[in-house]
Amino acid sequence: MAIFKVFRYNPESYEIARFQEYEIPDTESMTVLEGLYYILENIDPTLAFRSSCREGVCGSCAMHINGEYRLACETQVSDMGHNVTIRPLAHMKIIRDLVVDLTPFFDNYEKIKPYLINSGPVPDKEFKQSPKERKRIDHHVDCILCGACYGSCPVLATDSAYLGPHALLKVLRFVDDSRDDAAYERLAYVATDYGIFRCHTIFNCQQVCPKDLDPTGAIGKLKMKAVKGKLLGKLKKTGT
Amino acid sequence: MFYDIVIVGGGLAGLRAAIAAHDAGVESVAVISKIHPVRSHSGAAQGGINAALGNHPEGHDDSPERHAYDTIKGSDFLADQDAVEIMTADAPRIIYELEHWGCPFSRFEDGSIAQRPFGGAGFPRTCYGADRTGLYILHTLYEQVVKRNIEVLYERFVTKLAVRDLHCAGVVVQNLHSGEFEAIGAKTVIFATGGSGRVYSVNTTNSHSSTGLGVAIPYWAGIPLKDMEFIQFHPTGLDGSSILMTEGCRGEGGYLLNNKGERFMKNYVSEKIMELGPRDIVARSMQTEINEGRGFEDRYLQLDLRHLGAEKIMERLPGIRDIAMNFRNVDPIKEPIPVHPAMHYTMGGIDCDKNGQTVIDGFYAAGECACVSVHGSNRLGGNSLLETVVFGARAGKHAAGQVEGMSSTPDEEALNSALKAEKDRFKMLRETDGTENPYDIKNELARIMMDKIGIFRSQTDMESAVDEIKRLRERYEHIRAIPDTGKFNYDFLWVTEIAGNIDTALAIASGAAARTESRGSHFHLEHKKRNDEEWLKHSMYTFKDGAPEISYKSVTVGKYEPEERKY
Ligand SMILES: Cc1cc2nc3c(=O)[nH]c(=O)nc-3n(C[C@H](O)[C@H](O)[C@H](O)COP(=O)(O)OP(=O)(O)OC[C@H]3O[C@@H](n4cnc5c(N)ncnc54)[C@H](O)[C@@H]3O)c2cc1C
Ligand code: FES
Repeated sequence: MAIFKVFRYNPESYEIARFQEYEIPDTESMTVLEGLYYILENIDPTLAFRSSCREGVCGSCAMHINGEYRLACETQVSDMGHNVTIRPLAHMKIIRDLVVDLTPFFDNYEKIKPYLINSGPVPDKEFKQSPKERKRIDHHVDCILCGACYGSCPVLATDSAYLGPHALLKVLRFVDDSRDDAAYERLAYVATDYGIFRCHTIFNCQQVCPKDLDPTGAIGKLKMKAVKGKLLGKLKKTGT
Repeated sequence: MFYDIVIVGGGLAGLRAAIAAHDAGVESVAVISKIHPVRSHSGAAQGGINAALGNHPEGHDDSPERHAYDTIKGSDFLADQDAVEIMTADAPRIIYELEHWGCPFSRFEDGSIAQRPFGGAGFPRTCYGADRTGLYILHTLYEQVVKRNIEVLYERFVTKLAVRDLHCAGVVVQNLHSGEFEAIGAKTVIFATGGSGRVYSVNTTNSHSSTGLGVAIPYWAGIPLKDMEFIQFHPTGLDGSSILMTEGCRGEGGYLLNNKGERFMKNYVSEKIMELGPRDIVARSMQTEINEGRGFEDRYLQLDLRHLGAEKIMERLPGIRDIAMNFRNVDPIKEPIPVHPAMHYTMGGIDCDKNGQTVIDGFYAAGECACVSVHGSNRLGGNSLLETVVFGARAGKHAAGQVEGMSSTPDEEALNSALKAEKDRFKMLRETDGTENPYDIKNELARIMMDKIGIFRSQTDMESAVDEIKRLRERYEHIRAIPDTGKFNYDFLWVTEIAGNIDTALAIASGAAARTESRGSHFHLEHKKRNDEEWLKHSMYTFKDGAPEISYKSVTVGKYEPEERKY
């Protein structure tokens, strides 16, 4: 048996935010996501939470579980000591229960031009990229855009203009891609007070990333590259 | 709201269709999806995508023709050969295009896209990005959608098509963000809603979002389904959760072992093929081992990767290792992975042609929800991702070519009547005084499907499945009321999905019970041989009075005369 304490809130109605307790029988080898489904299907059909893949790859189910941002589908109830307290991702408007409004999260992602830019001629076959070059973007490309880093970042708590760890990690993913030729343009865009220089190197994002990625490290690298680009005179203008 | 082209689905097929429509000059395109596009099930694809690039040292003699032959043979000759040839011929171009858009494929030493062997293929032709190929392609396509500024309406749940006089006028959605129903008009609607795995509930490798509703909606609107009885069981679902352990595990050299420690596949296929047989044959062999007492706990077998070594596992199969550790507490570097066959793929789907067109004017289908048909009765691994991008692009482009001549006036009457129907249904679900828990019905359905429409099928079982599903259909009439939560009413969503699952399951079971032969994934215990004389034909399902009316359609045979499948 496990106790789930789940954050409930509907800004539409006059209820106040509260934690609701549910008792779930038989939680042997059950994930937190399965527990939430158990509640929805058997106890309380009003509970709202996102999910899809149930295998840690779609990024739907990032939430605050027992003090840390995690993917509900990858978290075993037994590892939480059969006492599970769940809250939604922070820094975003709560739409209902565990569902938050991800608009700022995706807006920031879109701002950094999250697509390959290559102005040269397109080859008949593939762009050649050596395994070594490919390795440089290893892991950055594994981001599932779950928002755990965003929720954990204290800077975003007070400054929603900050691009955020997910967007900046994505910048490095393209800067480090041998096929992309817009590195300096990208660096110029993020070398600002709402970009890389807004990061206080607190490491929360790195600590919570369910895919073990390192946005903090990525931001550090971007800072170095931006400074170097500036010294070389290649970073013409910062910001846009 | 009115668009030239509305695409329902933000997976690979939907996004590729949107890009094609946009690039063909249509500005008014919207992608509608019940989840954000990057959450789509396509992102869970692991092993890779097929194209005869010939990059692998042992693949230099590969060609689109060889790819076509393998696909047709794999399909047990039920695929339409002209469609297969289009797909395999277009494969290299479409893969290079993904690469040019930034897809981070793994690489060979010479800098070319890496390829690995997959089941049922004569050459190593499966292009991959570690074991996260689907994630990489999905994100790459979404990036291209962002680049083009294509409108994406996410968390819009499509529940009905507006169809009048054999013409599709648009869709009805519940906007999850507001809880309101909306009619969205369109000159053309393209369905790219993915597979139906959740008809089998937890016994599938598929996401929660891969339900039968995506094919049920057009089916209810009068568009026939095709070849629904062909359900692919993937040989290696992780014991317990059925999460997929990619075929790439065996492609990289992994073994399947029974409880005697024996590589039992040698008893079923030639020693040259071993674990890399096509999925239908490997899944049946595994089930036979389990049924005959050579499994573990009468339930699973072992997928052994240990001999590949830590380095190769970490480099090529890192996601598999994470999943095995997270969900089954097994580190594949140190121990074999417990696996059993699990429902994986729906070969059948919405009947459409090579451009995705259906019998209804202005309605197209692409991707796993569609049945073109390139997979026939058994799909080869790596061909589904390929199908989504090739036929997604074709549907988007073809639709774009048609919109010019189509009326720009929304068919308000059709849209309003569909909208009203959905609002009424919602009200009815709100106010009903039924007592059945809808999720009990969902679980019961999954049990029936697993027990009776599984890998080995007997006539009695299949017929009783049909009867039982019909009874569930009646029980569904008496479900308890849904709450009115306003925004994000997930109970309404899942309860609607269950209605789709029931009718999709009924089509699957009815078609299976009717087909008295064995072909590809459909293995009939009383008719164990393929029977081309009577059954070299597609099953067609039309929704009539709550049940499928079954008819048949001929298969396009081309260069390759059906022959006995030997591996
Ligand atoms: C675990 C796993 C691994 C796989 N690995 C491989 C592989 O390595 N190689 C390969 O070739 N194939 C693989 N496959 C198969 C392949 O991934 C799928 O067939 C393919 O991704 C389907 O893509 P799609 O675009 O058709 O649908 P999906 O990616 O499933 O997208 C469906 C979209 O439709 C939307 N949608 C559905 N219903 C509605 C509705 N009612 N209203 C609004 N929106 C709706 C969803 O939100 C989603 O955006 C794998 C499958 C699984 C399950
Ligand atoms: S449900 Fe996909 S990451 Fe958890």
